[in-house]
Amino acid sequence: MSTVIDVAGLVKTFGSTRALDGLDLEVAAGEVHGFLGPNGAGKSTTIRVLLGLLRADAGRATVFGGDPWYDAVGLHRRLAYVPGDVSLWPNLTGGEVIDVLARVRGGLNDRRRAELLERFELDPSKRGRTYSKGNRQKVALVAALASDAELLLLDEPTSGLDPLMEAVFQQVITEVKTEGRTVLLSSHILAEVEALCDRVSIIRAGRAVQTGTLTDLRYLTRTAIDAQTARPADDLAILPGVHDLRVDGNRVRFDVDGDRLDETMRSLAAYGIQTLTSAPPSLEELFLRHYGDELTDEKLATAEASR
Amino acid sequence: MTTLAGTWPMARLVLRRNRVWFAVWLTALVALPVLGVPSLDALYPTQADIDTYARTAGSSPAAVAMNGPGHAVHTLGGIVVFEMGGYVAIAVALMNVFAVGRNTRAEEELGRVELIRSNAVGRHATLAGCLLVVFAADVVLGTAVAAGMVAFGLPSAGSAAFGASLTAIGVVFAALTALTAQVSEYARGAYAIAGAAVGASYVVRAAGDTGDGTFSWLSPIGWAQATRPFADSRWWPLLIPAGAAVLLVAAAVLVESRRDHGAGVVRPRPGSVTASRGLLNQVGFTLRLQRGGLIGWSIGVFLGGLAFGSVARETQDMMAENPGVRELFDPSGRLGLTDLFLGMVLLMLAMAIAGYVVASTLRMRAEEYAGHAEPLLAGALSRRRWTLSRLAVPAAAAVALLALAGLGVGIAHAVLTDDPMEVPRLVGAAVAHTPAVWLLAGIAMLLFGVTPRAAPLTWLVLAGSVVASLLGSVFRFPGWLVDLSPFERTPQLPGGDLTATPLVVMAVLAIALAAAGVSGFRRRDLATSG
Ligand SMILES: Nc1ncnc2c1ncn2[C@@H]1O[C@H](COP(=O)(O)OP(=O)(O)O)[C@@H](O)[C@H]1O
Ligand SMILES: [Mg+2]
Repeated sequence: MSTVIDVAGLVKTFGSTRALDGLDLEVAAGEVHGFLGPNGAGKSTTIRVLLGLLRADAGRATVFGGDPWYDAVGLHRRLAYVPGDVSLWPNLTGGEVIDVLARVRGGLNDRRRAELLERFELDPSKRGRTYSKGNRQKVALVAALASDAELLLLDEPTSGLDPLMEAVFQQVITEVKTEGRTVLLSSHILAEVEALCDRVSIIRAGRAVQTGTLTDLRYLTRTAIDAQTARPADDLAILPGVHDLRVDGNRVRFDVDGDRLDETMRSLAAYGIQTLTSAPPSLEELFLRHYGDELTDEKLATAEASR
Repeated sequence: MTTLAGTWPMARLVLRRNRVWFAVWLTALVALPVLGVPSLDALYPTQADIDTYARTAGSSPAAVAMNGPGHAVHTLGGIVVFEMGGYVAIAVALMNVFAVGRNTRAEEELGRVELIRSNAVGRHATLAGCLLVVFAADVVLGTAVAAGMVAFGLPSAGSAAFGASLTAIGVVFAALTALTAQVSEYARGAYAIAGAAVGASYVVRAAGDTGDGTFSWLSPIGWAQATRPFADSRWWPLLIPAGAAVLLVAAAVLVESRRDHGAGVVRPRPGSVTASRGLLNQVGFTLRLQRGGLIGWSIGVFLGGLAFGSVARETQDMMAENPGVRELFDPSGRLGLTDLFLGMVLLMLAMAIAGYVVASTLRMRAEEYAGHAEPLLAGALSRRRWTLSRLAVPAAAAVALLALAGLGVGIAHAVLTDDPMEVPRLVGAAVAHTPAVWLLAGIAMLLFGVTPRAAPLTWLVLAGSVVASLLGSVFRFPGWLVDLSPFERTPQLPGGDLTATPLVVMAVLAIALAAAGVSGFRRRDLATSG
């Protein structure tokens, strides 16, 4: 499996702000890679370095094996970009902007352009000033998706789309994936990440804190257990990895770390399980944990070791 | 009046955001006429000198066309008004156009007004707050000019009348821009209409002042000059600009009450669903973005050339016995007076064109800051090609506009003198200003490429060059300082010798600066929104 984007130890500072602080990121050919992190984590900065719009201070960043700062034009023929904040020329129409952007990249597929305009229900005869945020985003999306680019760099492309359009977007990206193209998708829409992404990287304060499949990441968080036992399961609290234990007669509720699930269930079985519901961590919990400060180095180390 | 709720905080916001801007403009606009007093006093120390001036320069139609009626050129104050009043009037008008536009429509276009309007702030508060500050700035300007002139020993009635006339000009153009900012959906459009009105006011009053004076009553600058500072210092003409300002502000308020937020008066029509071939090439694309401005400027410089060209022949009657005045314009003493005047007209048009060319070059900065460069540069478009296609437009526009200006002057003069050869002669003389104009564009490109934040300093360079060229002799600037102005390096044409060296040097320098700017732009981070 070849690597399309390879970033290691990337540093980018703006004055005293350290936007990227030793970032690592690897995106393999043909995958849809989720790029997550709280606001200001450095997602847009990373993408702009990958586009050669910003120059890295230290570290390595390659796209298709090339240096984005020096080989910008050549690399850009092979990729398409949707900025997070789409700003259109006020007096050009959406259709004109799509054509201009496509021309600058090296052409677009006319049939695909028409099809995408229809699917995204975008009126290309309106002028830039009169588009809403979502429609401006659609202009940039149609321009990028109508191309035959091998790599799509999408910076929060759906933050202004309505749920219907969100569904269209997910369909289109699924098609892109079956065509074998590569996507780096920065997003806060967790359902979208879950539906589309093969792997995700979570960054915080300019550093990658976690990379892996969603299953890998789930493993790092807690599963909620709610069980009826034959005897009160009072002693579970002493087990490592069990949190927030509430014993209410024969009913027991607690959260358990992903890596302690197996041994905890064995201990629980000793009390005689009569009913059992387990809730896997929701994506929200998953991200809240990763976005917040809870994740310790020790956990990261265990996760690395167990993979 | 709930529509005015929040006017006071809005005014404070305008003041806070523009304090440096106002400080720079006001300092320059007060300093120009006030420092003109001691300078001209030194130039014409005795009443005899002043009387000679009054009989010569002060009564020549050419000078009247440039400066306005010389009502009191037999006094020092009158000479100050005559020598500087016309230029200062234009500068005051422009300050007001920009001050109002940048705080109303420009802010609305950026979506900032929306944020403010969602609070307990009335519909007209932004406009009212802005006008409050700008009108106050005009009053400060007029008062300071009057006080400064009195401090240098000029009579107080005349000084007050001149100060008040500047305030009046400012107030009218602020009020006019209040209206154009409501009508046009874009700040650029608001500036364009108001800027054209400033140019028209200047030209119309020139026509009036060299004729029987009727036309001057159609021009706000004419109204202000009708106060006749240092002659009989009349106050009643100021009622006209006051009334005009009231009407214009009322119209602005009316339009603002009826239009949607963010919209202009004309609804945008749906446009083409595909890009034309021209738009697909970067030069065509740049031209398309600047189309409106270019068309307006083409018409403006041509008409301006025609208007000033038509008064040139009258200057043949001009008396030329005052060596001091003559030296102002023609140190070598070899040029015909008509050519001197035509050269002056072309120089002023070239300065205005330089303003357009600098603005057009600095569009790159606006494009970058608005996030418009980012998606293009994320395509297979090199930074070099992005900048070069955006430089090509102002570079070519400089030549085209200068030629059009020369054509206007040439046609008018050819008709009056019955000599068709005047047309190519004057077009050539106008186009000779190209290297000087390019040099300013080169400076703009250099600053933009290396440190975009400093790029607006180009305006200071342009303003300095204009002042050095037009008023350097009044202020008796040292020769080397005046010679720094690119406009001074252009040979005196028509009439003088066409020496190629300075033109070639300036052109090469312009290209070198632009090249350094392009290279700087290729090396730096693109400005991005957070
Ligand atoms: N051009 C810039 N100048 C100064 N600081 C910047 C600039 N661009 C980004 N930053 C800062 O870098 C950090 C990362 O920003 P960004 O990459 O936009 O985050 P994200 O896209 O993850 O929300 C933030 O602290 C932001 O304020
Ligand atoms: Mg971002």
